[in-house]
Amino acid sequence: MTEDTLKSTNTEVELLSFRLGGEEYSVDIMSVREIRGWTRATPLPHAPPYVRGVINLRGTVLPVVDLSVRLGMPPVKGDARNVIIVVQLGQQTAGLLVDAVSDILALPLTELQPPPDLAADTAHSYISALTIVEERMIRVLDLAAVLPDESSEAA
Amino acid sequence: MTNDPMAEIRASFFVECEELLESLHDALGIMDAGEHDNETINVVFRAVHSIKGGAGAFGLDALVAFAHRFETVMDEVRSGRLDISPDALKLFYHAADLLSDEVRAARDGTDEPAEAESCLQELEALMGLDPGAVVEEEEADFQPMGLAFDFDDFAPPPEVEAATVFDIRIKPTDALYASGNEPLHLLRALSGLGSVETRCDIDTIPDFAALKPETSYLSWNIVLTGDTSEDEIREVFDFVEDVCEIDISTRPEVDSFTPGDFGTDLPPLTDIGADATLDSEPAIGAEDTGTPPEPVTPSVQTNISLGAAVPRDANSSAGNEVSPTVRVDLDRIDRLVNLVGELVINQAMLAQSVAEAGLPPNSAVMTGLEAFMMLTRDIQDSVMMIRAQPVKPLFQRMARIVREAAAATGKEVRFKTEGETTEVDKTVIERLADPLTHMIRNAVDHGLETPDKRTGNGKTSEGTITLSAQHRSGRVVIEITDDGAGINRPKVREIAVNKGLIPGDANLSDSEIDNLLFLPGFSTATEVSALSGRGVGMDVVRQAIQALGGRISIASTPGKGTIFSISLPLTLAVLDGMVISVADETMVVPLSSILETATLTKEDIRSLGPETNVVHVRGAFVPLYDLGAELGYRSPKACYEGDIVLLTAHENGARSALVVDSIMEQRQVVIKGLQRSYGHIPGVAAATILGDGQIALILDPADLVSTASGRTRVTDFSLAG
Repeated sequence: MTEDTLKSTNTEVELLSFRLGGEEYSVDIMSVREIRGWTRATPLPHAPPYVRGVINLRGTVLPVVDLSVRLGMPPVKGDARNVIIVVQLGQQTAGLLVDAVSDILALPLTELQPPPDLAADTAHSYISALTIVEERMIRVLDLAAVLPDESSEAA
Repeated sequence: MTNDPMAEIRASFFVECEELLESLHDALGIMDAGEHDNETINVVFRAVHSIKGGAGAFGLDALVAFAHRFETVMDEVRSGRLDISPDALKLFYHAADLLSDEVRAARDGTDEPAEAESCLQELEALMGLDPGAVVEEEEADFQPMGLAFDFDDFAPPPEVEAATVFDIRIKPTDALYASGNEPLHLLRALSGLGSVETRCDIDTIPDFAALKPETSYLSWNIVLTGDTSEDEIREVFDFVEDVCEIDISTRPEVDSFTPGDFGTDLPPLTDIGADATLDSEPAIGAEDTGTPPEPVTPSVQTNISLGAAVPRDANSSAGNEVSPTVRVDLDRIDRLVNLVGELVINQAMLAQSVAEAGLPPNSAVMTGLEAFMMLTRDIQDSVMMIRAQPVKPLFQRMARIVREAAAATGKEVRFKTEGETTEVDKTVIERLADPLTHMIRNAVDHGLETPDKRTGNGKTSEGTITLSAQHRSGRVVIEITDDGAGINRPKVREIAVNKGLIPGDANLSDSEIDNLLFLPGFSTATEVSALSGRGVGMDVVRQAIQALGGRISIASTPGKGTIFSISLPLTLAVLDGMVISVADETMVVPLSSILETATLTKEDIRSLGPETNVVHVRGAFVPLYDLGAELGYRSPKACYEGDIVLLTAHENGARSALVVDSIMEQRQVVIKGLQRSYGHIPGVAAATILGDGQIALILDPADLVSTASGRTRVTDFSLAG
């Protein structure tokens, strides 16, 4: 399914897909730094609920976002099967706690559609596009919206 | 610009200037203390002279002109024609300050200080000379100058076993070079026969324009001391006899001096003729003999040659000790500091997993690991030491501040420094300059009385300000002491009331009144002077000190003076902390903020409001905070009896009691900033990585308490978070 008919890279996007609460999401693979197994995060006081805490990433302090809570779902349980996807957006590096990583997809950009505007839930504002792969709907995350705002004070 | 080799040399010249200025100020300090020995005066002279020499090479005319006239005056002092009166010394200080300004002006390309001319004229007036007359005298002449070595002072020379001293002069002709010979080899061969002192004579080198590349200009004077014979020396020149003028003469019995003894009394040789030899060839000699080459005027030559075979290490012990240094980019050191931090964490993690593996304590792995642990500690200490620098340059800057402030206020001030060699992290020193400047100005402006008032109170008219630094239990304590009137507490109180900082009926202890000085917007000067009292006050100072992880405190005795003490961490990269656990989380509390730890008894806890408690400790009531609840990890407990509290002290003198679950250990932790990856968290200063690889937060008790609710009693409504 990852075979690409279009060799041209600028019309194609590679996505890392992962599962979260029974649904499939994905992020642009270019922003993924690495994937780590679950480690317990040190909780931060006065942090918003979706900030799981901080972990030690080879000597640097990495904030971890529970993506499930961020998208308005119950928290990720946090066991050996869960993984932390380390993503980088500009100068900011953060970990996204997800249930499991599933696949790497290469899709032509044309297959990504903008999400319909539904006011009833907050989750859609974190999604930049939708696509269908083998009958499964995959959501493409808008990283900038998901990561904690580094300029504001967490209180 | 960056690749311009000249720019690099220029930069190193200015760094050198800073060092020279430092030694200049040092020497003036010694003279100020009443010691006018020749060596000290020479240091002053040499510093000014070297700056002049370097500046000349870079065409920094203004600097050369200033240094030259300053130097001329110092030359008069050196020759004893000018007495060092206190007034003269003051002028020297002023001139030295201005010389620093000139150097900076030359470096940054800014205008030279306006007072330079007037200061110079005052200086020259000391000599009773027409200012214009002296300028021309020495201008074109960068010849090594005849330093006034006091050889008469030397103790009777000890007897040493006689070795013959040969004076050898070689002047290669053009043919020597044409035939492919190389004087360097000859010099090397000579150095194999005994200890040699080689001097290259560059007097015959014509101006650059007239220089012919294939003509031989250089000649060498070699003083060879050794158990050898003229024939052996002749042998060296076997192959070049006909293409080289060679003079060999034996010097009878001058050799009874031990060269090494001279070395200690001689000023560093390199300084003497450095200007003249920098760009000439005689580096050859240096390489071979270990003595710096230099052209010497004939009058000095015999004297110098007495110390002929001064070994290299004698050089470094001569005069003030200068150990070789390397200049390293600070970024590189910081990277190293970070890496070592990682290493320490990694080592702790390794130790923990080895311990978990259940190996016997005397196994090879365990002993190896212990050695590894010691090594990492050592590495960490050494790396931290690289960043550490003596506070001396900072203190010298303060000396200038004192002089300027004293001049501006018309007060007489003697400035003393102690513990200048105390080393502190570079960043700490840099960020200490502003608060210290402010405090020194305050000490002169507010601390000391006017001379009239002082004499009226039976004190000397001259006030004393002492700036001291010392290491005390892993921190640096810097104290600023004045012998002024002390803090006028009634006045301070009155001002605080007038400014609405405290209620009029407040009952304050002496130290509480003293601490009012640190309140924002407080200024005691009734009239705003040019120096201090510009609205930014001691609160800014305190903030700056606190930002460095330091504390500041005041002690004052009316009529006797005031002491400000600043206590600072040695470094900003590691911290001594108490590892505690609260609500199953491991945290670190800076040891510096903990006064004591205690276990609460029922009698200690008194309820204050409906939701708050205080703890009764040594006659004082201290607010009780539940750390777990304040951080949002749990709800306040029903009862705190039997719990452990940390009694913490804050810079404003307030205290608080923090409830923790258990105290695990005291250890040094590597500070990892949170700000960059996440942002500021109230009550949290930074993070660190523990031995198990987990991150622990480093608390900031003062910040924590300032935003804390203080709820320590369960009430009807939910309190979580």
